[in-house]
Amino acid sequence: MSIDIPDPDRRGFLKCMTWAGSAALWTVAGGIPRSHIIGQANAAETGFTFAQVSDSHLGFDKPANPNVTNTFQQALDYVTAMPEKPAFIIHTGDITHLSKPAQFDTGAQLLGATKLPVYTVPGEHDVLEDDRKSYLNHYGKGTKGDGWYSFNASGVHFVGLVNVMNLQGNGLGDLGQAQLEWLEKDVKGLSSSTPIVVMAHVPLWLVYQDWGWGTADGAQALSYMKRFGSVTVLNGHIHQIMQKVEGHVAFHTARSTAFPQGVPGVAQAPGPVMVPPGDLQKFLGTAKVTLVNNKTPLAIVDTPLAG
Amino acid sequence: MSVLTKAGVIARWAMLGLLLGAPLVPLVPMVAWSDEGTQVGIDNFKFNPNPLTVEKGTEVTWTNHDDIPHSIVLNSIGVRSKAMDTDGTFAYKFDKAGTYFYVCGLHPFMQSKVVVK
Repeated sequence: MSIDIPDPDRRGFLKCMTWAGSAALWTVAGGIPRSHIIGQANAAETGFTFAQVSDSHLGFDKPANPNVTNTFQQALDYVTAMPEKPAFIIHTGDITHLSKPAQFDTGAQLLGATKLPVYTVPGEHDVLEDDRKSYLNHYGKGTKGDGWYSFNASGVHFVGLVNVMNLQGNGLGDLGQAQLEWLEKDVKGLSSSTPIVVMAHVPLWLVYQDWGWGTADGAQALSYMKRFGSVTVLNGHIHQIMQKVEGHVAFHTARSTAFPQGVPGVAQAPGPVMVPPGDLQKFLGTAKVTLVNNKTPLAIVDTPLAG
Repeated sequence: MSVLTKAGVIARWAMLGLLLGAPLVPLVPMVAWSDEGTQVGIDNFKFNPNPLTVEKGTEVTWTNHDDIPHSIVLNSIGVRSKAMDTDGTFAYKFDKAGTYFYVCGLHPFMQSKVVVK
């Protein structure tokens, strides 16, 4: 598998659109796919499902969503009510808006109330203050370096990466040498049939260079996973769903639970997008990820909070 | 920031003028002499003005008008602001002539420079 990253212009972006493989996903203005499945549509019930939430931006209180605590709660309520009880929740970063202790406390309280295990990776909004100590105090236990880690669950190997500490170029994520070396070693001993799930805040593949929506050394990280039959990369950061399947690797970005962001190539800037009153929940959501079998990417179903 | 900026001096004269019963005349130069030349606004992920040219010894103040936090990173002199939330500000006094490139630390595609004469 190779990651095609050279073309930083609109053409490159349009190519990404093709990769997504679903015109509806991309072309509807403020596209709101109700659900979209990677892999097999009739995902077998294997008893192993986990939920992804992202970009809760606790502390944000501007008109795009004056009550992000409420919409995050709605997302978590949806997760805990899933008929196939998720094994755990992953949060792919920007838990808080400004890294304030009170914002982390709110997050811990809401996530804790689900009674489900929670795995997180930091977003750049989680490491604005205190040399990232607030984040690590809450979520750094047992992690390495800036907070990266791995674990196994139901035969799947999960890797949580940190790519927000040293933004590059236009704002591209960066993993750094120490983390890359750790990652190479981490996956080295695994059998090639082990399904891999990689979590990181900023997309590991290049979504849109102009806004720094990609990871400068993401291709290097993915090169360590070439030999695996099923790799699923789950990201946040861009507050909208984008997907790409390349060989055995499925890339997916989740909706935010707080507010939608501009669509690259359409919006002037990546700020919060105001949507008509009453419509906000259609733009926010969660993702459910199910292990189908270990030869294909995991099945992902995105669900908006309403609509 | 120096205690008496140009605007501050004018404002003091204006106050004096008011006290002396000449209310409007001293206010006129306030507009022309306002210190807008030392202000950089941040709107929709853009710095304005871009670039900014100031005299040596001027304090420049950035104000974030966006709903999203921004920060100022002047790499060449190792200056980084904290994240500025909406209406947050950051000020830095430029004592030496030169061209100072800067970016937003959270969104480094936001780029500008301060030219100090």
